[in-house]
Amino acid sequence: MSTMGGLSQMKLAVNFLTIGLVILSLPCGSYTEIPPKPPGSVTVLPPVKPAGGPQAFPDAENSNLPVFTMDYARIQVPFEVTLWVLLASFAKIGFHVYHKITFWVPESCLLISIGLIVGAIMHSVHEEPPAVLSYNVFFLFMLPPIVLESGYFMPTRPFFENVGTVLWFAVVGTLWNSIGIGMSLYAVCQIEAFEVQDINLQENMLFAAIISAVDPVAVLSVFEDVSVNEQLYIVVFGECLFNDAVTVVLYNMFIFVADMPVVEPVDVFLGVARFFVVGLGGMGFGVIFGFVASFTTRFTSNVREIEPLFIFMYSYLAYLVAELFSISSIMAIVTCALTMKYYVEENVSQRSCTTIRHVVKMLGTISETLIFFFLGVVTITTEHEWNWGYIMFTLLLALVWRGLGVLVLTQIINPFRTIPFNFKDQFILGYGGLRGAISFALVFTLPDSIGRKKLFLTTTICMIMFTVFIQGISIRPLIEFINVRRTNRNLETINVEIHSRLIEHTIAGVEDLCGQWSHYYWKDKFLKFNNRILRKILIRDNRAESSIVALYKKLELQNAMEILDTVSGDINAGSSIVSLQYVYPLSPSSSCSLSLSLYFALSLILLLSLSLACSPSLSLSLVLSLTLSCSLFFMCHTHGIPRLSANEHSGLEPPRL
Amino acid sequence: MGSTNSTLSKIPNVEELMQETGFTPAHIVRLYDRFEALDKEKTGHLRPQDFGAINRLAMNPIGDRIIGAFFSPGQETVDFHSFVRILAHFRPADKKHPKDPSMPEPVNSRTSKLKFAFQLYDQDKDGKISRAELLQVLRSMLEMQVTEEQLESIADRTIQEADLDKDDAISFEEFRKSLEKVNIDHKMSIRFLR
Repeated sequence: MSTMGGLSQMKLAVNFLTIGLVILSLPCGSYTEIPPKPPGSVTVLPPVKPAGGPQAFPDAENSNLPVFTMDYARIQVPFEVTLWVLLASFAKIGFHVYHKITFWVPESCLLISIGLIVGAIMHSVHEEPPAVLSYNVFFLFMLPPIVLESGYFMPTRPFFENVGTVLWFAVVGTLWNSIGIGMSLYAVCQIEAFEVQDINLQENMLFAAIISAVDPVAVLSVFEDVSVNEQLYIVVFGECLFNDAVTVVLYNMFIFVADMPVVEPVDVFLGVARFFVVGLGGMGFGVIFGFVASFTTRFTSNVREIEPLFIFMYSYLAYLVAELFSISSIMAIVTCALTMKYYVEENVSQRSCTTIRHVVKMLGTISETLIFFFLGVVTITTEHEWNWGYIMFTLLLALVWRGLGVLVLTQIINPFRTIPFNFKDQFILGYGGLRGAISFALVFTLPDSIGRKKLFLTTTICMIMFTVFIQGISIRPLIEFINVRRTNRNLETINVEIHSRLIEHTIAGVEDLCGQWSHYYWKDKFLKFNNRILRKILIRDNRAESSIVALYKKLELQNAMEILDTVSGDINAGSSIVSLQYVYPLSPSSSCSLSLSLYFALSLILLLSLSLACSPSLSLSLVLSLTLSCSLFFMCHTHGIPRLSANEHSGLEPPRL
Repeated sequence: MGSTNSTLSKIPNVEELMQETGFTPAHIVRLYDRFEALDKEKTGHLRPQDFGAINRLAMNPIGDRIIGAFFSPGQETVDFHSFVRILAHFRPADKKHPKDPSMPEPVNSRTSKLKFAFQLYDQDKDGKISRAELLQVLRSMLEMQVTEEQLESIADRTIQEADLDKDDAISFEEFRKSLEKVNIDHKMSIRFLR
């Protein structure tokens, strides 16, 4: 059958690729002689002159035209970056082969584990990992995409309904945690048995500020899978994003203060002032850039192809400008995304809108994947200083203070909420405080004047591992066990929308009747301001559109797409000609798992042997590509290849019922 | 407090009112003050014009329906008791009371709230939201934004989604069913009335 021919052809092609790469890697050792690198530097090959480099005919003097040359040094950095990104992404594909793994173990754990393995390999061949977690690279390149994704996809309505609670937990909660942990750790340091008396109060407070920074990644994916109630979701989400302002201020303040022998009250006051500058400044910059971006997109109707560019450039610009002034860049980019989204999505074309969403998500996911991956790698390759007492107490105190903090803060804020948090919500709120990449990056970039930097580094890594692995894995069964209130992912129906709007108008009316203000008043006021002024300036075609009409149009469009569509949600470009039918394996069969494990073993052995045989860097790159092609081969084998079947008359499949 | 008690004594049957609606004395006093402020001519009753004097309520797309909900059919005035009883719908639900099937449905239960919302649509009180009634509400909410055909399509779609017994109207049960996943207690509660 033609399908079988296609399958075997694909296999043959991949086989050739594999064999080709193996052959290429064999002679690498004899050609590239690389002097031992100085430790602590990124792999840099000395420039290889073409005359002295590998040539097809090495004996001739420069008279003959070289038919085949290799210049690795030129492409080294981009090549290695690409391979690392691909490797991390392939790891991600690999996880989803077994659905059960990703169900129980959050992806961040898996990525760290793979990173640990690769780190171990690199360590054994004395190779340095790429300098990804240096201060500049992390904060300028790795962090913005993640935060942009979070900000862009933040559900705005629940956010603004809960904004008070979110800010309360973010600001006061982080302060509570930092000060509490800092003080307690200082007390612990006084115990002579632990040998950490040289850490003074300022350094303890600095460390506590770093450790209190919670990271949303692992928790949010679990929350989404389990459909935890919206209030909890948005509070955890918002807290993680907005506690950056406090963390940054505290971090800078304590760094500054750690050098000073005496802390004056003036400095504390200045710290508070600085906090307001940082927080409000960040938000202000974000809003300004958001408006400018919306205004720009008003005029882009003739340059549709580059429309998405403006979104990215403006948000990144907001981030960088905030970094320039050392104010909270995370808040800047989040507020920019929040502001921009609403207006921009009305101005740009449908395609640009889809592109923007896709690219934002893609960049965010890549960044996140890479960060966790490198967390694993760098864990192995840095020097550690282990101190049982300090580490254990840090873990304990962090848990205790967070729990206490959540309890106390919820008691204070509950009376102001329409839906108060019950004890189950509070438990999950406290338990869901996972630490992640930000803490790690901050501790990594501590100045060396801090004497016990290595201890701090080790403790932070332990903290991250503990929270991500133990809390991350256990939070899902816990949520199900204690049966936290779930949200109903209500399918958007026009009924719900219309009735909700009616109810909102009713409530606004009754509130007016009673002569009371509430957030509906502000919402109403803002909407009027929006319709009258903002929309006229920022949106090209500014007829005010009710959410009812918008939802109706969206639902009608969805219906139309469903009729045209065959398999998945996207209409493929080629669907007018052929229709693709995917063959899904029902469950991973035993032969599949055998071949997978064989593949892993094989590639690991290959990795080790080749890197030991050849000199490290070039071979490592080639071995990575070898591993990738092997995995491609095995994935084809396991999952089945799309069977192409051409429809004779039209290209459209009848709707699936 | 002195002033509270003196105000309370002015209101007839205040104990019964508090029992029925679940409001605290402080709330009753606050609402009484508001009632008196609206009742400019001090007649002890409110008429539609008094409600219409509230500016922002007049600008509300469904303001006239809300006002209409206060007046029982046939009545032209609202006394304080009816005023409070209607507002009691918007109290957040009490979680502490056990469900007692022998007692009548509390005024701020989910069903009562839904009934209130239903009555905003169903002006002719026949127990169903007809297509025409739905169109009226949509028209007032969407004002100038859409054409008449779009309005009709939206109304058609709405009825099609919710109408289970295919009578081209939405009964209360169908209404309730379409909103089963929505947290009505959250949406239809005014916090300060707790």
